[in-house]
Amino acid sequence: MDLRYSQEELAFRDEVRTFLADNLPEDIRQRLVDGERVDKDDLVTWSRALTAHGWAVPHWPVDHGGTGWDPMRQYIFLEETQKWPAPQPLAFGVNMVGPVIYTFGNAAQKARYLPRIANLDDWWCQGFSEPGAGSDLASLKTRAVRDGDHYVVNGQKTWTTYAQYADWIFCLVRTDPAAKKQEGISFLLIDMKTPGIEVRPIQTIDGGHEVNEVFLTDVRVPAENLVGEEHKGWDYAKFLLGNERTNIARVGMSKQRLARIRELAAMEMSSGRPLIEDERFREKLAAIEIELKALEITQLRVVAADARRGNTGRPDPASSILKIKGSEIQQATTDLLMRVMGPHALPYHGDEVEGSNELPIEPDYAASAAPGYFNFRKVSIYGGSNEIQKNIIAKAVLGL
Amino acid sequence: MDFDLTEEQSILKDSLDRLLADKYGFEDRKRHMAGPGGWSADMWGRYAEMGLMALPFAETDGGLGGTPVETMIVMESLGRALALEPYFATVVLCGAALRFGGNDDQRAELIPQVAEGALKLAFAQVERNSRYDLHHVEARAERDGGGFVISGRKSVVLHGDSADRLVVTARTAGSARDEGGIGLFLVDASAPGVSVRGYPTQDGLRAADIQLDRVAVGADAVLGDPEGGLALARRVVDAGIAALCAEAVGVMATLHALTIDYLKVRKQFGVPIGQFQVLQHKAVDIFVALEQSRSIAMFATMMADNEDDIERGRAMHAAKAEIGRNGRLAGENAIQLHGGVGMTMEYAVGHHFKRMTAIDITFGDADHHLRALAAKGGLLAA
Repeated sequence: MDLRYSQEELAFRDEVRTFLADNLPEDIRQRLVDGERVDKDDLVTWSRALTAHGWAVPHWPVDHGGTGWDPMRQYIFLEETQKWPAPQPLAFGVNMVGPVIYTFGNAAQKARYLPRIANLDDWWCQGFSEPGAGSDLASLKTRAVRDGDHYVVNGQKTWTTYAQYADWIFCLVRTDPAAKKQEGISFLLIDMKTPGIEVRPIQTIDGGHEVNEVFLTDVRVPAENLVGEEHKGWDYAKFLLGNERTNIARVGMSKQRLARIRELAAMEMSSGRPLIEDERFREKLAAIEIELKALEITQLRVVAADARRGNTGRPDPASSILKIKGSEIQQATTDLLMRVMGPHALPYHGDEVEGSNELPIEPDYAASAAPGYFNFRKVSIYGGSNEIQKNIIAKAVLGL
Repeated sequence: MDFDLTEEQSILKDSLDRLLADKYGFEDRKRHMAGPGGWSADMWGRYAEMGLMALPFAETDGGLGGTPVETMIVMESLGRALALEPYFATVVLCGAALRFGGNDDQRAELIPQVAEGALKLAFAQVERNSRYDLHHVEARAERDGGGFVISGRKSVVLHGDSADRLVVTARTAGSARDEGGIGLFLVDASAPGVSVRGYPTQDGLRAADIQLDRVAVGADAVLGDPEGGLALARRVVDAGIAALCAEAVGVMATLHALTIDYLKVRKQFGVPIGQFQVLQHKAVDIFVALEQSRSIAMFATMMADNEDDIERGRAMHAAKAEIGRNGRLAGENAIQLHGGVGMTMEYAVGHHFKRMTAIDITFGDADHHLRALAAKGGLLAA
């Protein structure tokens, strides 16, 4: 047992850092430090830089553009990009639909979609949740009825992140209403330009516009856009959701946010001295750091276990806690960051839906503090709420 | 980076777990507790035969050259069984005092005796007013010719009533809370002027209050620097904290297993109570606490022999705080999930809860270590 990185791993980490220093535009990095959302152009710029270096999709099979790194190197790359901070690749493409396509798709689908996903030529969004199908996802109602060479899709998806930018949506649709609810679902790829698709923004409590409703009315989807077998979509969805064991804890992002908190707390005054000197504040900070250290090692245990069994078998039982603990820590950091700014977190700087022409209110770096806190309440809700995660652990790990 | 045990380490773990599964059931433990000394001389002999006492010492000193990983393995296994023997006091704490503070003669004299299980030691550090501060030392060691005369009172000396010799912290200079002027002394437990009052602790182990009344020791009784011994005391306690964290993982693992089993067999409203979601979620909370504890105990193990006092100290603060917090959460929830049965002496889970609680308030509870880490700038501070 040795929890230090090997010389080779350290050399690799330096290589990643050098790449980040040489390739990530400083204005993009600064926007991330300030807690601003990266816009589509930033992400496209960064994805192209990664592609040019061959690092766009490290975890994919080498045939499809993967780097062949072992799980530890993949983790180091992820952590370094998060700590830097660099934009995180669009998960809906490279972490979700990409792996479904290269695992279950046919040759034509792989050739058509995968290179464009890796290079962010196509922006993908996820059509899973519906107004009546949240935690009980398998109760989804959006229907796809076969009509010659097409499926005709009718229904509504919701919480669709970045649908406003999307070129494509991967959807779970019901193809057999008579079957048991998990057995009548199929996995369809739908071009967002198809007639009958309407996207309506949902404004969230932080004032932001990340999520949308997507209405599908008589949308005609070529049958060749079915992934895998008809009615097997639930299996692919489970694969997609279970595939995420290295990115879900977001350890690197929480480290970066804690570093930012330290930096700001050294500048913000409290009782006539920098906040960082306040004992109570330091204890809150230390408590989060301790939890994060434990989570980091839990994460590394999972990575090491994946490396040992070639990333194919059952995940290590510890992996199931990454989502729960990771989300709790992310929420604790965004909470603390807002509290660092104190009353200066109050001014509302306008929202992304209506836009704002006002000049920023000083200090401008405080602008994202409260929205960040409000926005991050989502992380214990999305991707299977923490309560659903606990149900899963109780059943799958504890055998209850 | 590598989380695997070596083949030898795996064998160590398997054979100790087998021995304890075979010989250290709940009823066996009760019997050992009621026996002379409050622990099993038979088991102590078996540990020595397995080489556990020799593990952490250098081969040149008569040990097996084990690393903190070996100590982690042993302590986790002992924790799983709630073992009562004075391994922690003798091998982990005082063993560290000998390893890091003993001169050639002291190591040559004492380590072989410890390694074969013939010598039991205890670390006499806590005082009535010291709480968790290692630098708070009121006991005095006055220079007398070439040696010292030690007077003072030590509280809650773990396994102090089993020890043949004590490692005593005493002040050679300065006043009660000075960081300088502290020495560590080897004192024969049967020396004139030493009175030992042993008693059971809440977790079923043993401790003692020890009065030292003008106890004369020679110059050869000093471990390390008689005026600059605080750093050595810190190393001893840091080794202890890493080991306690590992023990806590074992204790918590059993707490967790007992609780899951109970949820599966106990029926109410016609079904096993483990089918109720509100109880399932509490069980998952215990699981999460266990896994996070396992991770932080590994971190403590990796840092236990780190030469950098500041870095090592920070790591131990973090680990002990996390273990204390998680242990309490796991223990209290385990009792709650067992209902009335969890409250009874005759059922195992309460004893694990009590050991977990004792670990928290040994060498600093979660609040103490969180405060200490915060005062030192936190874990991620450069």
